[in-house]
Amino acid sequence: MALRLTQRLLQTQTPFLTRGYPMLVTKEKSEDVAHTKSSLQKKVTRTDIPSAQYGGRHAVTMLPGGGIGPELMTYVREIFSYCGAPIDFEVIEIDPSTEGNDDLDYAITSIKRNGVALKGNIETKSQELSEVSRNVAIRNELDLYVNVVHCKSYPGIPARHQDIDVVLIRQNTDGEYAMLEHESVPGIVESMKVVTVENAERVARYAFEYARQNNRKKVTTIHKANIMKLSDGLFLECAKRVHKDYPELEHDNMIIDNTCMQAVSKPHQFDVMNMTNLYGTIVSNVLCGLMGGAGLISGRNYGDHYAVFEPGTRNTGTAIAGKNIANPVAMINASIDMLNHLGHKEHANVIYEATYQTIVNDAIRTPDLGGNHSSTDVVENILKILSAKRVNWPHGNYFNQL
Amino acid sequence: MSMLARTLGRTALQAAAARGVHTSSTLNDVRTGSKLKDGANYGANRTTCTLIPGDGVGPEIVYALQEVFKAANVPVDFESYFLSEINPVLSAKLEDVVASIQKNKVCIKGILATPDYSNVGDLQTLNMKLRNDLDLYANVVHVRSLPGIKTRHTNIDTVIIREQTEGEYSALEHESVPGIVECLKIVTAKKSMRIAKFAFDYATKNQRKKVTAVHKANIMKLGDGLFLRCCEDVSKLYPRIQFEKMIVDNTTMQMVSNPNQFDVMVTPNLYGAIVDNLASGLVGGAGVVAGASYSAETVVFEPGARHTFAGAVGKNVANPTAMMLCGVKLLRHINLPTYSEVIFNAINKVLNDGKVRTKDLGGQSTTMDFTRAVIANLH
Repeated sequence: MALRLTQRLLQTQTPFLTRGYPMLVTKEKSEDVAHTKSSLQKKVTRTDIPSAQYGGRHAVTMLPGGGIGPELMTYVREIFSYCGAPIDFEVIEIDPSTEGNDDLDYAITSIKRNGVALKGNIETKSQELSEVSRNVAIRNELDLYVNVVHCKSYPGIPARHQDIDVVLIRQNTDGEYAMLEHESVPGIVESMKVVTVENAERVARYAFEYARQNNRKKVTTIHKANIMKLSDGLFLECAKRVHKDYPELEHDNMIIDNTCMQAVSKPHQFDVMNMTNLYGTIVSNVLCGLMGGAGLISGRNYGDHYAVFEPGTRNTGTAIAGKNIANPVAMINASIDMLNHLGHKEHANVIYEATYQTIVNDAIRTPDLGGNHSSTDVVENILKILSAKRVNWPHGNYFNQL
Repeated sequence: MSMLARTLGRTALQAAAARGVHTSSTLNDVRTGSKLKDGANYGANRTTCTLIPGDGVGPEIVYALQEVFKAANVPVDFESYFLSEINPVLSAKLEDVVASIQKNKVCIKGILATPDYSNVGDLQTLNMKLRNDLDLYANVVHVRSLPGIKTRHTNIDTVIIREQTEGEYSALEHESVPGIVECLKIVTAKKSMRIAKFAFDYATKNQRKKVTAVHKANIMKLGDGLFLRCCEDVSKLYPRIQFEKMIVDNTTMQMVSNPNQFDVMVTPNLYGAIVDNLASGLVGGAGVVAGASYSAETVVFEPGARHTFAGAVGKNVANPTAMMLCGVKLLRHINLPTYSEVIFNAINKVLNDGKVRTKDLGGQSTTMDFTRAVIANLH
């Protein structure tokens, strides 16, 4: 198995050296990258599946995941029913202690049916080699190639830096997360980092397109091409090539170690960042930490057909589960992103304003933000604000009665 | 305070009257002493809903529904259009009605009578035009035994989901040779997939266990065969829901002998119409079964079995239960579950007590009696 993969990778690498970049790995990708594709999932592709919108209501898959996930999901549902968001959740529990991938398969099928999911972080307890990380499996299977985290500071929250406004765009399926590891000789383990032209280009194009549509000025590509000249070199090269189509935007690049230093000392210099998989997770955690922690920022995963929304830093928070101190804001922000994606802008707006008012103006914050309120205090205050701001069916004219 | 309310009400009524014959809105309910204390104070947050009273007893039962809504202080306003095919002179324009439904996204509709011949030589009926214009492809009829109504079978709880934009209702008929008429039945993979997915998504959302596809693929091997194949394909995406298929003639027999075996049924157009009516008959007739037609964007709530009951016009004997249940469904759909529950419980209470019954359920009470009884039980 390992030998076969090595051979294939060697074959596909030859064109890298000739700098030709044909469509390299894409055709065989489904075999190369560890997938959990069952035969039935192969049969029906997304293009055949009609969308799950009925009478103006959307069906959305909800994966509560482990740790604090289930609590946070309860809050989201409470808020949605309070402000009348036209969303019907299909809740799927994935038991982390079970072996096998039945639940996971079912969850992925469900996302394919509904097109959109709201997700906590799913634990993979098993250390078995055959068990892939379930989060990674979902991303690979649904081809969610880009992850977007918008790090925007909330004023008044104790943090190292204020007024940060950076958009992190991360390649989500390739790179170090290809899950191709093997022990070729006893005592020597190799892990493969895969960079493909197709995915590097897609994510770069997404970054530049995002920058253009949101009036951003600059895209910074993060890499380590001085050491990994081929793999990260390819990523950088793709970004440079895509930049030619966006002449009005500035494009520069920065090495990952320097990026981390710059991020903690002068984070304001960044605007939109375009990154490979592992660097993305590092930088997003660094930036979220600078702004007040894992409890605030949401992340969006997009593929060509599906969208999955989750908290920005992917931590389960098992240690604080059930203590009523978890910060619900990140998951609420993820649900706001989801409403925006589905076109329910009014609902999204109302919930956003209520949340913002709660943690900024009313200063009702959980301990991770230096407050001394419980999760339920935060949610109750949001509900209190929302009670005066109900959004009418089907979309709009909400009045603030105060 | 009450003076003020009355004045406001009158102004609203006059404003509505000034808008013309076809559109009128029920006066805004400005009473402050709401019966519903538990919900949030919604105040000026009101939802507008298109209302098509329809033919036959439609206007009477719609009026009953409006009375109940008013009594329960439901924050819903109606935008009423008189649409009719048998009375084309008074009828509002179809485009206006469609525009209104597209704007409001929800509609309550009585039944439109369909004449056997068309006075404009059109093969499509007004009902079909409305459905096609709004792309209301899925008709959902929830057939459920109601308390206090004596029927042959008990505990029926079946949902019939019917494709209603293609199939036999294509309105494509022609006489190719004198004496020989052909009617085209159209089945497309796209629409079959869509209705099958609707059925399975409905089953998922409502924790149902089984979906039965009704077909006649043994005779119409291509047409119904395609429908059946699409259902099979979609069923593979739902490993936790049981899928079975049944031929339509057998389905009707099973339905009258052992209706409890059915959970969710997905049917093409004509079979759906037949099974809908059959099943409605099993639980107490056209007066007690509510239905809804869905497109991606809009919903039209209408009684499940489509009969105008033209013989009872003006006699105050029609059963408004079906229309009230439509109202309950509407409220649930637009996120007003508290109101929905209050009205639903009141209807159940009245039916269960059995003191006030309309003629179709073996009683002697009038439509208004029943409405008043429901209103008296709102709490």
